[in-house]
Amino acid sequence: MSEPQSVVSIHGVTKTFPQGNVTALQDIELELKPGEFVSLIGPSGCGKSTLLRVIGDLVQPTSGTLTVNGKTARQARIDRDYGIVFQDAVLFDWRTVSKNIALPLEMLGWDREKRKARVTEMLELVELKGFGDHHPWQLSGGMQQRAAIARAFAFEPSLLLMDEPFGALDEMTRERLNLELLSIWQRLGSTVVFVTHSISEAVFLSTRVVVMSPRPGRIAGVVDIDLPDPRGVETREDPRFFELVTEVRELLRKRGEHLLPEEEPA
Amino acid sequence: MPALAVAAVVLATWEGGIAAFHIQQFLLPRPSEIVKSFWTERHTLWPAGWYTFKEALGGFAAGSTLGVLAATFVGRFKRVGTAFMPIAIAANAVPIIAFAPIFDIWFNPLSPVSKMAIAAVLCFLPVMVNTLRGLQSASPRQIELMRSYAASDLEIWLRVRVPTALPFLFTALKVASVLAMIGAIVGEYFGGAFNALGVLINSDAQIFDFVTAWAGIFVASLLGLSLYAAVVLMERLVVRWVPDARDS
Repeated sequence: MSEPQSVVSIHGVTKTFPQGNVTALQDIELELKPGEFVSLIGPSGCGKSTLLRVIGDLVQPTSGTLTVNGKTARQARIDRDYGIVFQDAVLFDWRTVSKNIALPLEMLGWDREKRKARVTEMLELVELKGFGDHHPWQLSGGMQQRAAIARAFAFEPSLLLMDEPFGALDEMTRERLNLELLSIWQRLGSTVVFVTHSISEAVFLSTRVVVMSPRPGRIAGVVDIDLPDPRGVETREDPRFFELVTEVRELLRKRGEHLLPEEEPA
Repeated sequence: MPALAVAAVVLATWEGGIAAFHIQQFLLPRPSEIVKSFWTERHTLWPAGWYTFKEALGGFAAGSTLGVLAATFVGRFKRVGTAFMPIAIAANAVPIIAFAPIFDIWFNPLSPVSKMAIAAVLCFLPVMVNTLRGLQSASPRQIELMRSYAASDLEIWLRVRVPTALPFLFTALKVASVLAMIGAIVGEYFGGAFNALGVLINSDAQIFDFVTAWAGIFVASLLGLSLYAAVVLMERLVVRWVPDARDS
């Protein structure tokens, strides 16, 4: 509460699962400033998805304190302070693309006209214009994920939680969606927490990369990403990009030993 | 419409085969004679069919409604569900039709209620088991998404669980529509009102009027098929989002 400028403030958060006596998170300390794009990266079992869910009040921490926009995580969830995107699009099959995007707006009690206007806007933003009346199964994986992003951004939450949103997509689609995500983020100015397995994706997107190590899940180090904005295709060819990728990789290697995440061509 | 062509070939083979092999009429009458009898006996067969159809329909409606209500109740309380599910599945394997004579004693055998009861019990379990399975197969991610919107249990129920369960429900209703007709007719084989279809088929067979018995079976098939078709039509109106619902 003392730092109202933090969007997310995490102090000494620990999460243990009684089944199997697993310590998913241990003594996590993290502050997120407004407008930051922070990636959580680490091997499977490092607790990055659990941390994301703790922020979203979908998982309760065992101990420690956590505030979102200066409120408890629970209050922030009730106030709909955040939007969430999962690895699968998690669209509702029985709703058209437009109605899927309108779902959070319905939950917020927006009237029909306002919903319609916003959905049209969002469809344009994620380049799905003309697909509003389609059902999810009629779209490709990349298009479905774009619809999920439109849904998460539709009510302009101050915080966006993304759990490996592009993990199931091919490399080409992933890089295109990376660029689209960056331009949407810059336009809307939200704070993003982005969980990923990919070092190059984390470095390319973020203002900060939080490297996590497993058993117990803890923060191994934080890398500030000082790449010039706006980022584009040429960013991936910048020598500084490679230095930062190496720095993140070193941190993962030191703490995670052989438990490195799958690496992708940068 | 390749199905129509196949049906035509089957009927032609049936008609021709009987002439070619001199099959006795009591073993298997010609389709043309069955259709003729279907028309000449229309004053007894059709009202009898309608009478039995109403029994099936009543049983179908009652059994399915109770099945959906039971599934809703059991699905609401997880612990009841885990305790109940194995029993429901085991009960589903019981040949309920064996209880038909008992139902005739419990209810008046001459009243349509006894046949409705048989049809209802036949429909109840598949509808309940399938609906429950549908309610329980809601995606955990979709529920998590709804939680992120601070949705109440009721909202999750209406916006996630019920739509997920609908295709399961319709699959069960299709099975139940067939079972309801079977229940009503077989129930009548053990005795029933004079003007009931099952009673007519049974008595015609006993007096060696096999052509009329076959015509009765034809009426029963037509009615069973139309109930099934009505369910399929409703499914298409309600479950519009499943791509393969269109070619089932």
